[in-house]
Amino acid sequence: MQTPAPFEYERATSVEGAIAALERLGSDARIIAGGHSLLPMMKLRLASPEYLIDINDLAELAYIREQDGEIRIGAMTRHVDLLKSELLARRFPLFRDAETVIADPVVRNRGTIGGSLCQADAAEDLSAVCSAAKAQVVIRGAEGERVVGMEDFHVGPFMTAVGAGEILTEVRLRMRRGAGSGHEKVERRAGDWAIAAASAALWVDGGTIDDVGIALSAVGVTTIHLTRAEELLRGKPPSDELFAQAGVIASEDCSPSADGRGPIDYKRHLAGVLTQRALRRSAARALSEEA
Amino acid sequence: MDISTTVNGEQVSGEVEPRQLLVHFIRETLGLKGTHWGCDTSNCGACVVLMDGRPVKSCTVLTAMCEGHEIRTVESLEVDGELDPLQQGFHERHALQCGFCTPGMLMTARALLDENPDPTDQEIRTAISGAICRCTGYQNIVSAVRWAAEHESATKQEI
Ligand SMILES: Cc1cc2nc3c(=O)[nH]c(=O)nc-3n(C[C@H](O)[C@H](O)[C@H](O)COP(=O)(O)OP(=O)(O)OC[C@H]3O[C@@H](n4cnc5c(N)ncnc54)[C@H](O)[C@@H]3O)c2cc1C
Ligand code: FES
Ligand code: FES
Repeated sequence: MQTPAPFEYERATSVEGAIAALERLGSDARIIAGGHSLLPMMKLRLASPEYLIDINDLAELAYIREQDGEIRIGAMTRHVDLLKSELLARRFPLFRDAETVIADPVVRNRGTIGGSLCQADAAEDLSAVCSAAKAQVVIRGAEGERVVGMEDFHVGPFMTAVGAGEILTEVRLRMRRGAGSGHEKVERRAGDWAIAAASAALWVDGGTIDDVGIALSAVGVTTIHLTRAEELLRGKPPSDELFAQAGVIASEDCSPSADGRGPIDYKRHLAGVLTQRALRRSAARALSEEA
Repeated sequence: MDISTTVNGEQVSGEVEPRQLLVHFIRETLGLKGTHWGCDTSNCGACVVLMDGRPVKSCTVLTAMCEGHEIRTVESLEVDGELDPLQQGFHERHALQCGFCTPGMLMTARALLDENPDPTDQEIRTAISGAICRCTGYQNIVSAVRWAAEHESATKQEI
């Protein structure tokens, strides 16, 4: 039987309360959101926090709304609600692409976007999704809020820009014209983590790629931002040849390790193919949006 | 710590260790052994119960997290000797062999039919994709859920 090591449990009734508890209890305290990454780690004793601060009651952190030209997603928004959101499906369809294949429907009833990003596991799909979509996250502490881009959020494997006494409260996605996006994943069986996954977002203006985001899951120790491929694409008209070149870069710039999900050369190959597919799907969506 | 929650419509309270997982509270503290405990790693779905109407894997929820929420287990399906249409459907369509996965399948399917009373086979397969059955090959489970959906809607029309 797997049982977490003993800890004390506290339920936060406000964001301020959760932050105050983190400050009071120090580094022995951890936030628990959906618990679907943290509890398995605690059961395996890979994590043994002395205090858990449960933020599941913070309904004020569960929302998906349009505000100031952005889509704003509260940290406690669960996978199931991201999957169902028509607003996200219309503006950032890569979310629905990803959410249909993240874990299984029962796990998706608990896991949250905040927990996914803060877990900072390179195998998480949403980290790649948010990186490709060029999301910004809001981090709040006793001193106030700061806004951090996804490119600065993951500072290492299982490490984020969220500091001591801080929590992630919101994810922001800027809505721009001519947007198209897609997420492509290959898994061994329903509900499994990715062997590899690729997220892409394109913003097309007047027939050329104005901006682009590409990121990979599960083929490195952190989520991989394909900045070299992004530079190649920017300013050019979308084409299959261009996307094939981006695929080659993806295969080169990832750093997978061999495990039960496959050997290194297979994963590199997959990263390339999935990058191409995600870009093609993004372009098709962007062009239909622009038309 | 003291906890109070609602299980199958009844208020229950007691003293639990904060680290206790919901599946053990249900099985050991409350003695409701219908909920099964399988992989212990949130993969098999044998431990699924409903929390506020949504299926969750009770091996990956703390009892402490249930304070103020409503839990429903497989024991709640049969009422006064009357089987839930899903239980009847599993019987009619031979949807179990060893029965280990059955409580989780039933609760997962219950939540599906509550939300979507007329699911397609594909929607049923998606809904139960987090639940593993080593015996049946799933075909009869899908068929049983369809059976329940059809009989449930027929009953509703009679009323
Ligand atoms: C069987 C299974 C299969 C899965 N398959 C996939 C998959 O295919 N793809 C995928 O992407 N994910 C998958 N997951 C992970 C799932 O998406 C988790 O729900 C998610 O990773 C974590 O979200 P959570 O809300 O459960 O976080 P928790 O487990 O509650 O927390 C994770 C970490 O984040 C911290 N944290 C949480 N919220 C905040 C916050 N607001 N501010 C600061 N810190 C915070 C916690 O302290 C903890 O360190 C799977 C999980 C399981 C159990
Ligand atoms: S015992 Fe909970 S999912 Fe297997
Ligand atoms: S009937 Fe044996 S596991 Fe499903």
